[in-house]
Amino acid sequence: MELLLFRHNKPGRCTTFYEYRAEGGFAALRKGLAEYSPDQVQQLVIDSGLRGRGGAGFPTGKKWSFVPRDLPGPRWLICNCDEMEPGTYKDRVLLEANPYALVEGMILAAYALGVRHAFVFIRRGYETAATNLRRAIDEARQAGLLGDNILGSGFSCHIDLHVSAGRYICGEETALMNALEGRRANPRSKPPFPAIKGLWGGPTVVNNVETLANVPAIVLNGPAWFKGLAAIPEAAGTKLFCISGHVRNSACFELPMGITFGKIIDNHCGGMRPGSRFKACIPGGASTPYFTADHFNVPMDFDSVARAGSRLGTGGIVVFDESVCMVAVTLNLVRFYARESCGWCTPCREGLPFVVEILTRIEQGNGTADDIELLREHVRLLNHAFCALAPGAMGPVEGLLRLFEDEIREHILHKGCPFAGAPHYTGGADGK
Amino acid sequence: MLTDELRQELQARIAAAITPREAAVDVLKVLQSHYGWLTDEAVEEAAALLGLSPLQVDELATFYEMLYRRPVGKRVIHVCDSISCWAMGGEPLMAHLAKSLGIQPGETSADGLFTLLPCCCLGNCGEAPTMMVGDTLYGRLQPETALEILQKERTTITKEERP
Repeated sequence: MELLLFRHNKPGRCTTFYEYRAEGGFAALRKGLAEYSPDQVQQLVIDSGLRGRGGAGFPTGKKWSFVPRDLPGPRWLICNCDEMEPGTYKDRVLLEANPYALVEGMILAAYALGVRHAFVFIRRGYETAATNLRRAIDEARQAGLLGDNILGSGFSCHIDLHVSAGRYICGEETALMNALEGRRANPRSKPPFPAIKGLWGGPTVVNNVETLANVPAIVLNGPAWFKGLAAIPEAAGTKLFCISGHVRNSACFELPMGITFGKIIDNHCGGMRPGSRFKACIPGGASTPYFTADHFNVPMDFDSVARAGSRLGTGGIVVFDESVCMVAVTLNLVRFYARESCGWCTPCREGLPFVVEILTRIEQGNGTADDIELLREHVRLLNHAFCALAPGAMGPVEGLLRLFEDEIREHILHKGCPFAGAPHYTGGADGK
Repeated sequence: MLTDELRQELQARIAAAITPREAAVDVLKVLQSHYGWLTDEAVEEAAALLGLSPLQVDELATFYEMLYRRPVGKRVIHVCDSISCWAMGGEPLMAHLAKSLGIQPGETSADGLFTLLPCCCLGNCGEAPTMMVGDTLYGRLQPETALEILQKERTTITKEERP
């Protein structure tokens, strides 16, 4: 298969600026600035079918088109590299191998949007990725590919790096804008949407690392080529899938969008680790409802995974074998969200700890049949939270209720966890 | 107290920002590495440099996982307790570290060298379980190998640094 994002990768080290350029890197930037108007670059991205790789899957070109062309004052582009969704590490792998495609993609996106100042907001802990990016930004600037009057085109653009201090909510785009401005990172209300009123009140586009890193190849090779990379006609491009958990080979792979889930596990992860059998997985990061062995034939693209009752999300796949209790998995996930809640709105701040309490008593054998209804009610009620954090937290709870209700009932009926004694059994105790 | 050199470095960072406030987290990180943690004095100094009230700075200082508003040891150990690490043995790892250091998660060892904290996904899920000591990430840990790493980290703490 043809690679896009990983095509410049070198084993065990980061690609250099010279290698990237010698292999055709920055040719898209030259072509874009010389041959296309900003609107034409945007149209290429619209036609390519590129969808946001940060989790929501919103069409990227369409997002760009929401920015009004005639508003006075500065406008902003933010690359979201606050990769903190449990099970997700693709952006780190991408930037540790090659930061240049992101820099080139950001300049092209800035050109399409009329942005003169772009930011990369990177999470704490990604020290190597941040170092690579700093170097790439410097090298591009020295080569005249970034800064004032890029390649003599008259277009100028600067990129700044912001290193966060670690908090999950900063990945939510409006919270991210508050974080970048140096305010407490609570989400903002929408509308107004960032495309109209975002960073410092100006029109703002927030795109994920992987999304932006796709842009150069789209500009260079065209939308039809990009669409053709996918495994099925309805999808477009490739996708970075990062796998963790009980598989033989847990790594990050670039694969055609729409490859079936089973192929990822069997062909690329080498199946399950010795002596274990597949039970379930989280298909797209911590907030996505589970897949079971019944989902092996589901094509991994945004629409197919949604039709199968979950979300492609970030492409972070966490695999569990048969020794794992799904109530305990769900408890770990909701506990994560309860801790990471920014506390801004009541449903999230108060609701998530209550769901933790319900799941804890089920796991410990103190649950009742009413608790199942109570969980169901919270899946519904937490949709009324201020931002997507609490509804996301309810993704795995919804999956648990839909796919593993028998397992919950077993806990209630036998007044304990049927997996007691298995390696991951913790009695529902808080890990702290 | 801030040295003149450090003050100038921070003023330069603030001058390069779009608004002074944009540099707030960077300023706090520098002050934290200067003092070891964000003392009341550090918060007030940051506020004065940034043109904010101490309360506005405290809103940030108390928000982030890697900003410490209470004293910490010379090296902070962040042990990931998110789902991939949990599935690969993160809880036994945390329990082993706590026992070996003679503390509970959230506490600092008696010699003042290590603070042990559970933390959010470190983005190293393919190599779970994972911990970060200072700025260094370690993966595919076993309870024993984690202790060896701490032993090595211990030797990097200089005499002057020791409490």
